[in-house]
Amino acid sequence: MPFELGASGAVTAIEGPLVFLDRVVKAGLGEAVEVEGADGQVRLGRIVALDEERIVVELLESTAGLGVHDVTVRFRGEPMTMALGPGLLGRVFDGVGRPRDGGAPIPAMVRRRVDTGTINPAMRGVPQDFIETGVSSIDILNSLVRGQKLPIFSAGGLPHDRLAAGIAQSARLRGAEEAGFAVVFAGIGVSHDSAENFRAAMEQSGALEHTAMFLNLASEPSAQRLLTPRYALTAAEYLAFEEGRHVLVILTDMTNYCEALREVSASHGEIPSRKGYPGYMYSDLATIFERAGWITGKEGTLTQLPILTMPADDISHPIPDLTGYITEGQVVLDRALEHKGIYPPVNVLPSLSRLMDQGIGDGYTDPDHPALAQQLFAGYARAARVRVLSSVVGRDGLTEADRTYLDFGDRFETEFINQAQMRRFEESFAIGWEILAMLPPTELSRLSDAQIARHIAPVAAGTGAGDG
Amino acid sequence: MSHAIVTSVAGPVVRARTEGRFHLGEAVRVGPRALLGEIVRLGSGELTAQIYEDTTGLAPGDAVAGTGTSLSVRLGPHLLGQIFDGLLRPLHADPKHPVSYDVTPLVGPGERVSAGQRLVAVRGPAKDQFVLVPPDLAQGEVIAIETGKFSKDETVARIRDADGSDHEIALTHTWPVRRPRPVARRRPADTMMVTGQRILDSLFPIARGGRAAIPGGFGTGKTVLQETLAKWCDADVIVYVGCGERGNEMAEVLHEFPKLEDPRTGRPLMERTVIVANTSNMPVAAREASIYTGVTVGEYFRDQGFNVTLMADSTSRWAEALREVSGRLGELPSESGYPAYLSSRMSEFFERAASVETLGGAPGSLTVIGAVSPPAGDFSEPVTSHTKRYVRTFWGLDRGRAQARFYPAIHPLQSYSEDAEGLAGWWTANGNPNWRRQRGRILDLLEAQAGLERMARIVGEDAMPPAQRLTLLCAGLIDDAFLRQSAFSPTDRTCPPAKQTAMLGVLMRFFDLAEAAVARGVRVEAISRAGFFRRLARMGEEIPDGAPEAFAALAEQMETEMAGLGQEVGDAV
Repeated sequence: MPFELGASGAVTAIEGPLVFLDRVVKAGLGEAVEVEGADGQVRLGRIVALDEERIVVELLESTAGLGVHDVTVRFRGEPMTMALGPGLLGRVFDGVGRPRDGGAPIPAMVRRRVDTGTINPAMRGVPQDFIETGVSSIDILNSLVRGQKLPIFSAGGLPHDRLAAGIAQSARLRGAEEAGFAVVFAGIGVSHDSAENFRAAMEQSGALEHTAMFLNLASEPSAQRLLTPRYALTAAEYLAFEEGRHVLVILTDMTNYCEALREVSASHGEIPSRKGYPGYMYSDLATIFERAGWITGKEGTLTQLPILTMPADDISHPIPDLTGYITEGQVVLDRALEHKGIYPPVNVLPSLSRLMDQGIGDGYTDPDHPALAQQLFAGYARAARVRVLSSVVGRDGLTEADRTYLDFGDRFETEFINQAQMRRFEESFAIGWEILAMLPPTELSRLSDAQIARHIAPVAAGTGAGDG
Repeated sequence: MSHAIVTSVAGPVVRARTEGRFHLGEAVRVGPRALLGEIVRLGSGELTAQIYEDTTGLAPGDAVAGTGTSLSVRLGPHLLGQIFDGLLRPLHADPKHPVSYDVTPLVGPGERVSAGQRLVAVRGPAKDQFVLVPPDLAQGEVIAIETGKFSKDETVARIRDADGSDHEIALTHTWPVRRPRPVARRRPADTMMVTGQRILDSLFPIARGGRAAIPGGFGTGKTVLQETLAKWCDADVIVYVGCGERGNEMAEVLHEFPKLEDPRTGRPLMERTVIVANTSNMPVAAREASIYTGVTVGEYFRDQGFNVTLMADSTSRWAEALREVSGRLGELPSESGYPAYLSSRMSEFFERAASVETLGGAPGSLTVIGAVSPPAGDFSEPVTSHTKRYVRTFWGLDRGRAQARFYPAIHPLQSYSEDAEGLAGWWTANGNPNWRRQRGRILDLLEAQAGLERMARIVGEDAMPPAQRLTLLCAGLIDDAFLRQSAFSPTDRTCPPAKQTAMLGVLMRFFDLAEAAVARGVRVEAISRAGFFRRLARMGEEIPDGAPEAFAALAEQMETEMAGLGQEVGDAV
């Protein structure tokens, strides 16, 4: 049990989010602290540095209104924890796990540290098995696998919120385990309307009852953003590893998280690394993303779909760059496709799912799924090269084969990537073959003769376009 | 043992007031949980230590206990087939793991032995190993030597040294991670490490005892390439260091390797593998140590006379750990915030790779392959540019190739191998006397392709003369038929040297025939539409290992069809 110690009158200074105290009690690094001002408001904080004379506390809420002489500090004697129990789903919480829907607190069956979760790699199960998202460009070309962390790299003005809400509503497992599916939504510094839109979308489709929402709104203290994903993931771990559900965690927007990290780091006076972000940002992000996975012997899995907006559409910016090194792939949204009216505007070439091979093919989707994906990628990459060429020499300067690729690229975007509603896997799979059949069989070097006979030949025969 | 009292804690760095003597690099135990740390700075009456575990809960006033020894790891036959953390503590709590090993003596009581000599052979759950006379015991006489079943900490031999004092030799011993293990001498690196990857063995080979870097932005396939090498290269022992990378990748290796078979021994691949895992969410200071732990384990097996390959994924994360701790120590930052000693630390690490004659007189080697994760894929950043100075083989990964799912996405024009020149002799001895010439021709074609593609972008490919279009066709075929190799295809995931030689032979013959055909007026399109062309492009996938007759048949089909193309021209004229 946490012990509480008052430390009234020990505060020596308050600077930004940091509160400096005389070391009047024995407290350890990282332990949770509550600071109560004269206004009676209780603020959450943690110990970030210690020496023989001082304790430095970082407050995760606004320090405005605090005075040096009139605050009471309570030491919890343990790191930050979260009370968990049944009834998480269907609820809305604030950024640090307090109900914000007016409902009763969650019954505290267990207490869990919010910042633990180093899964021993030897205890991990290998992520496998396909999650059908309903999006062709993901399902066929960048498949999501249970236990994976697959971020969406977006940018201001692109429809990432709509895509995330769409996936949260239609994502399903191909087995019969529908009932065990849950969504945890963590809004990190999101605007009130995007949080509300997500909630409304989930409510409309009836998916809200298997969703738990954690919201840190744009107007709320930025230091709290450092905790929001951790509280949400602690809840998700409870749902996955104790209640045995397959949990999809949507974290949006991780760029706000990184901005908060930079802000707090600067207030500590730390030496900044690239673009002012702290040198430990990689390790810090890893403590969040590495909480995805599944554990041998447990029933549930934890899959992450973090969303980040690339500052200035720049994929080499430290936030997407470091994220890409930690996560198992990325789905990249593209402004040019958006301008063409393609929805979802997924640019499949820089997108990637590293774990794809563990979730598709025989036993999961279709034995020929990997070959289809390979050939579509090869074809579209060639089409992209031909486009550059044709912008210089014009369509007439191209060889006949290149002209075919140009048409292939257009059809791929408008018929395969573009989709008015969510598609089942089989539907996406069929469209993929249909488009590939445009290319002459001599170009299909990623397909075996048998695959051509099985999938390409029927399409070609049907339309009469093939030469047999 | 010496003691100290913690005065301040910040992240993984602890300062303490000392009472007694400590030395730099000494391992310490801190606080009530006895967290492991290492002294990185000593002042009068004060020490600074980096802590290898989570420091949550640590407070001023906690005790620091010295251990009297440098940071060390326990080496022994229990390593193979298992997974460890950055300080070589087992992560696997597998109760089925046998605790006893069959010990067979290789020398008798009364025999004179010297440092590095094999004392006993050890048979356990993994491959056979040896216990050696410790490197620091120059000469001695065997007093007692055991036979039978022993656990890893039991004494199996007793040796009396020249001074008359006795040394007990157990199956395991400890070694400080930052001290290279001694060898008799270094040998020239003239034997190729066969990787089974065509683009590596045939174009940018690495010698046993060599040093290679694999730089690449995220998503370019570093990890898949490292894993592919770990699976199919012809090393006796693989040390796989996951340094600041994904936990799921470690899980993947743990699940996949036991099921895969080493094609040379028929045993599960896991039996020759040691995994050192410090995943990205584990304490950062231990990440810095994990590289040294890995290379020490590699040297331990090298000393037994094995050919060892160390995979470090990735050295950038190690450099970042160095930077993070350096920042916490308040050191003056150099380029991009890295400490000024980054370069010398890297050279120390890479220099531990070598082909050697061990103290016991046997040949052994330690090959080091380090992945580099440059921020934004920019190869001019400090870690990549320093690495380039210390490696002999550079396999640069290319984002464009990766985006087209062209794997391995190694860029043939950005990569190099300083070992290649010295390995022509190896290829000659292994069935391909023409290797040097063939390699040159392929690199020339790829170079020409890059130039011609720039031209095609201006004038259009249709406007180019047939000879140039043929060059583009040939270079495209090299990419498709030879350089591309699927890590997931059961046939093509590894390609032995004999098959590589056969494929090169067919390709060279094709270049000759095609040039002759174009010279006599055959259209380039006609060549690419011929039936054999698709077979040529898919030969890696369609022709299994050890089927020279299939290559002969393909060559024959090519000769016939190419001759036929000539015929049509004749008919038309």
